[in-house]
This record gives sequence, C-alpha cells and structure tokens, in this order.
Amino acid sequence: MIPEIGHYAIVLALVVAIVQGTLPLIGAQRGIASWVAVAAPAAVAQFVLIAIAFFILMYAYVISDFSVINVAENSHTAKPLLYKISGVWGNHEGSLLLWILILNLFGAAVAVFGTNLPPTLRARVLSVQAFIGIGFLLFILLTSNAFTRLIPAPLEGRGLNPLLQDPGLAFHPPFLYLGYVGFSMAFSFAIAALIEGRVEPAWARWVRPWTLAAWCFLTVGIALGSWWAYYELGWGGWWFWDPVENASFMPWLAGTALLHSAIVVEKRNTLKAWTILLAILTFALSLLGTFIVRSGVLTSVHAFASDPARGVFILAFLIFVVGGALVLFAVRAPTLKTDTIFAPISREGGLILNNLLLTTACATVLLGTMYPLFLDALTGEKITVGPPYFNSTFGPLMIPLVVTMAIGPLLPWKRADAAGAFARLKAGFAISAIVALGTLYVTWGGPVMAVFGMALSAWLIGGALVELAERIRLFRAPWIESLQRAVHLPRSAYGMTLAHSGLGLVIMGIVATTAWEVERLQIMRVGETIDFAGYQIEFKGTRDVLGPNYTAIRGAYDITRNGRTITRMEPESRNYPTPPMQTSEAAIRPTPVADLYIAIGDPGPSGGWATRLYHKPLVHWIWFGALIMTIGGIVSLTDRRHRVGAPARRRARREGTPAPVAAE
Amino acid sequence: MRLGYIVPIAVFIVFAIALGIGLTLNPRDIPSALIGKSIPAFDLPAVPPRSLGLATDDLKKGDVVLINVFASWCVACRVEHPLLMELARSGVVQVYGLAYKDAPENSDRWLGQFGDPYTRTGVDRDGRVGIDWGIYGVPETFIVSGDGRIIDKHIGPISPADLQNKILPLIAQARAQ
Repeated sequence: MIPEIGHYAIVLALVVAIVQGTLPLIGAQRGIASWVAVAAPAAVAQFVLIAIAFFILMYAYVISDFSVINVAENSHTAKPLLYKISGVWGNHEGSLLLWILILNLFGAAVAVFGTNLPPTLRARVLSVQAFIGIGFLLFILLTSNAFTRLIPAPLEGRGLNPLLQDPGLAFHPPFLYLGYVGFSMAFSFAIAALIEGRVEPAWARWVRPWTLAAWCFLTVGIALGSWWAYYELGWGGWWFWDPVENASFMPWLAGTALLHSAIVVEKRNTLKAWTILLAILTFALSLLGTFIVRSGVLTSVHAFASDPARGVFILAFLIFVVGGALVLFAVRAPTLKTDTIFAPISREGGLILNNLLLTTACATVLLGTMYPLFLDALTGEKITVGPPYFNSTFGPLMIPLVVTMAIGPLLPWKRADAAGAFARLKAGFAISAIVALGTLYVTWGGPVMAVFGMALSAWLIGGALVELAERIRLFRAPWIESLQRAVHLPRSAYGMTLAHSGLGLVIMGIVATTAWEVERLQIMRVGETIDFAGYQIEFKGTRDVLGPNYTAIRGAYDITRNGRTITRMEPESRNYPTPPMQTSEAAIRPTPVADLYIAIGDPGPSGGWATRLYHKPLVHWIWFGALIMTIGGIVSLTDRRHRVGAPARRRARREGTPAPVAAE
Repeated sequence: MRLGYIVPIAVFIVFAIALGIGLTLNPRDIPSALIGKSIPAFDLPAVPPRSLGLATDDLKKGDVVLINVFASWCVACRVEHPLLMELARSGVVQVYGLAYKDAPENSDRWLGQFGDPYTRTGVDRDGRVGIDWGIYGVPETFIVSGDGRIIDKHIGPISPADLQNKILPLIAQARAQ
C-alpha cells in the first residue's frame, strides 16, 4: 500500500506541475495577478509531493521491502544502513526521483526566498521550472517507475554494486545532481528574461546566488567522484576523461564561464545575449550529461543503467527544452540592448577572454566525448578518444587561462593599462620564480614542463594574493587602515581570492602527481622487504577478514624509513557474494607532501602476492584545492549584495557607493 | 548580425541529429578484425581427464561449430551456461570449449559442477591463443564455418534472444552456402 502512495504522489506532482507550468505563464503575459500568484504555492506543493514519494522509496529500502522491484534489484538485507539509503539513488529510477526532488527543492526555494523578485519574473521562472519538471515526471511515469511491484516478493534482494558501497560515492550523486539541477535555475531565469525581453543588472544579481550554489555543489560532486575513483578503484588514478566524468565536467566549465560573464552584466550592463546563451548551454550540458549516463549512447565504465528506449525519451525532451530555448534566443536576443563600450584591455576584456578560453575548453571536451559517437553515426567506424587527446588539447588551453586569471582581477573596468597591472604583479612574479627554483632544486633532472606548471600555479596563487593585498592597500597604508579595508571588503572579493587560489592548489596537485609519481607492481613474498620511494616496505602476510556483507583478504605491510617505524598499511581485496564481485580497498597514507598508496591483488603462482605501490606527490592538494574553491564559492554566496532586500528594477548602484542595508 | 543568433540553434540541430543516429547504434557492438578470416593456427590439449583436444584442423571438418571461450573464474559464464547445455543437448550444432587463462583442474571441477556441453575442449592456460583470436573478455563465442573461417563472434553471455535472432540464423545461413 505504501509504495502505491509514492506512485500516486508522483502523479499528483505531475498535475501540479502542469498547472504551475501554464497558469502563471499566461497570467504574467495577460496581467492576471491571481494566476501569477499560483506559481509559488504550486512549487511548494510539488516539492512536498515529490519529497513524499522520495521518502517512501527510501523507507522501502530501509525496511527491505522486496515486493518493490527496484528494492529487490538493488538492495540486500545484509547491507549496512548507509548503503541501503544510498541505494535509493544508486539506480536509474531512484536517481531520477532524486533529480526531480532537487529540481523541486530549487523551485520551492525560489518560491519561498525569492520574495524580492518582481512577481511576473518569479512566476515565469517557476513556470519554466515546472516545464522541466513535467518532462522528468513523465519520464518516470512512462519509462522508469520506481514503485513497480514484484509479486511474489523474493526473500532476498540482489544487492548493490559493491563498487558503489562506499561513503564517498554515497554522497557523490546527490552533490552532482544538486549542481546539474541547480543550473536549471540559471536556465529558467534566462528563459524568463527572454520572454520578458529584458535583461538588466538586477537580473544578473538575482541569478548569481543560484548559479553560485549550483557551481559549489558541482565542484564538491566532481571532487568526491574523483576522490572515490582514487581510493576505491585500486589503480591510483583520479581522473580518466571517461564520458560520464566529462558529462559532469562540461557543465562545470560552462557554469564557471557563466558566473564570470554574469559579473559583467551586473556591473557593466553589457554581454547580455552571451550570458543568456551561456545559461542555456550550461543547463543543456547538464541535460546532455543525464542523457549520456542514462541512455548508453556512449560506452563508459559508469553506464550501469542504460536503456535505449529511455534514451529516445530524453533526446526528445532535450530537443524540446534546449531547441525551444535556442529558438527563443534566436528571436529575442537581438533585441537586448547594450549601452556601454570598453577597451580590449580592461576588466571586461579579461572576463571575455576567460569566457572564450573556458568555452573553448568545454567545446574540446565535448568534441572528444561525442566524436566516437559522431564518427560511428557517419561512417560506422569505432574508435575511442582517450586521455592523450584531452591532455594535448585541454591542457594547453589552461595555460593562457591561468596566466590571465592572475592579471584580470587587477584590471579596472572600461579601460586599463596592462603595464600597470604587470607592475603590481611584481610580487606574483617573485613567488612564481621562487617556486620554480625550489621545484627545480628538489626535482633536478625531472620533467621541465612540470617546473613550468608549478611556477604557473604559484603565479595564479600569487596573483590572487596580490590582488587582495592591493584592495586593502597592504604595506601601502597604515596597517590599521588595511585592517579596516579588510573588514569592509565585500565577501565576494574574498570568495574570488579563495576560489582562484584553490584552483592554483588543484593545478599544483595535478602537475606534481602527474610528473613525479612513482609506480611499481611487485610480487611480494611474506617477509620480503623492498625499497620504494625512500621507504622500506615489509610484507608481513595476509589474513582473512569477515565484513558485514563481504569477505576480504587483508595484507599487512610495515612501513619504515631509515630504521624508523612509520606505520602499518593494510590494503584489502574484498569479495562480495551479492552481486558477486571483487573490489580493491587500497591502503593510503596521506601526508601533505605525498601519498603512499598500496593495493593488494591476487596471489601469484609462486606464493607471492601481487602488490601495487604508488608514491604520489601532492595528490591530496587536488581535493584540498577543490575544497578551497568550494569554500570560496560559499563565502561569495554570503556576500551582502545577495541578501539586500528587494532591489527593485533600478540600475545597479555603482561600485564604491554603499548599498542600502538590509532590514533583516 | 542577426545571423549570429541563429548559430546556436543550427549547431544544436546537427548535434541532436547525431545523437538520434547514435541512439540506434550499439556501442558495445565491437566488430572483430578477424571476421571472415581463417582462425589462426593453434593446437591445444583437452581439459583433463577429457581426451579430445582442440586444434585448427578440428575446425575444418565441413560443418559449422561454435567455440565458446569460458573460465571457471568467470561469473558471466555461469549465466549463459544452461543455454549452452541446452544447445549441446539439442544437437543443432557442435559446441567446443576454450578454457581461457584457467587452471585445468578448476575448469574440470567447474564442468563437473555445472555440466559439460563441449564436444572438444582446449586448455589455453596462459591465454596465448586468446591473444591471437583477439579475445578481450570472457565469455566470448565464435561461430566458425566448416572451412575454419570466423563468421562472427558474440561478446558477453549469450541470451536466449541472441541465440534465436543472431547465432542460429548465422549458422543456418552458413550451412546453406
């Protein structure tokens, strides 16, 4: 009975979504206030209904109700509670329900917190959201019902893919979805603005928090996924340019470009059509990501839930949503007026260059991801595009991006002189040179490009710090004045410093671990000691371990350095009976400088154990940097300009004049 | 200038068409470079205690045969195994087994437990023959014509639908020629 309530709630949500998608849209067009007023309560109602359905499914998982096919196919009574819950979104039907739940979460948030928006804009935004919701609700009801019964119910479920039974992965999909779906807000705002035919600085300010929140979630989601791959897959890699990874990376790149171009709209009232286009493209790429994962058009290690019939539906939906949006864009965008001009070398110029580089990078990833499909469609030839393509196209694009990232924020709006900016970056040059020399000293004889990469990331971090120091006039004004300036500096300025420095750390991690990683595959006998990356590693033997729903072989390795005991590392090779699968649980000793990584494989024919050892310099900086970037996003999100109440449709205040204080 | 605003939708249309064509294709359908060619020469001993081994000459006896690549460590092989048993019992076609990268005693125990559908078996202990044949996953099933040419190969476990719609028609077609 209870699962049927969940199904019924989805049907009701569809009805609400149809009302929410049509009445407010017509009401806003014809000026019928009561129809416009329907939008907000409908969005909240839809959210409540979907939440009911979602929690009913979760309940079915928690109590192991195997009369529901979805539970029987993906859960098992012996599974720990955390993975029973994460099992809800570890499969196609459940993850779609999560998708819609998050879509509605954002919709309800606009309904509740968007009281400072003009009523017609809010109604139109919620209508567009409802249309997206209708598509996905129909998708669930027609092709992917999570509440289908299985009678008679089996006594035991089939279990969740053991690779997915991991805390990192339990939270990876929700964060990715929060990011993907969060960009639907930017999309809905863009479509609403096109329908209204007006894009103003205030519009950019309203979109910004939603885009920023989505960007933060997506950053966390991608970082979690990469971290999971690193410690769970047992080969020490952290990024594979796999189609599904790319699917999450492309919206991130486009979303990053969108965040920056929206600043230009907000501050300078220009670049409007481009920003609208980016908002559409970012969400289109999010939908494409869903399409790639859920349809199986591209082979990928992730495609555990693929079904072409579903692909047809998603493609039709993609054409309706994105095609419709782009037609609207083609009709309305030419009427958007731009009233300011600026020199190529200026803050605007820097942000445009940033946008060009980010979108080009996004396009190269898109090309590499889709090329095998296109070639197959045109000629029937089968190829795969691997890391060499991405490394040789994406990598070089990052160099000018990083170089200009340090300079751009130092340029004033409208017109700047580059020489002045470079002069102020002297400290940045110095930091960069020191890091380059230091790297050269430590890794003499290593790859030269890696030294360049380290210097480049130091340049980025140095530039971000110099910019901050400039703004508070550090060492130029009395320190008390600097302190005052630091206190009054907008949070978004700190957000930028953090986000840019975070990226610097990420790049340092990537460069160091790529260039100076040491890897060894060794058959080790019990009692054998080997020298590896400055450590002495002794294999003490293995023992059998019984987990809650698996059995494992756990190896013991004693790590010493010059006679000093450091630690014991115990990698596991796990065997799950349902579904039958072997997974590797690597032992990792993380330090700020480098990770020691040991994975144990199968016993060799002559009695030893296959052992995979890695020494990965700075690898944790990749995720640490991503964390800093996210914190930067969150700090920026708390900026006062997002909180000030009801900035009615008037021109954005000039920078420097104090904004009105919110009466919160 | 107005034209510039049409570019995105134009690009998207091309993109959507390609995606649509892509949906009709199966990315898992990877063709073997060896299709239509003679099977590379090999000679393998049988899984003991069986006596009939597997060699190139056994594939040139004039009738179509299936060669099923299996291993005792392969979970997916268990899925298709009942189907192979049924096929062998029906006598429609001879099924030969290639024990890929598997200890002979394990292969034997496995065949004892689940049943032995194979008229002939070959032990490819170190996977050398598998490399020549372009095997990259187990199970794989080769359809070999009476003169020792590879007609097609099926990757992954055989489902009843694969058997009815793909493998049996190919066998009938090969016999008709």
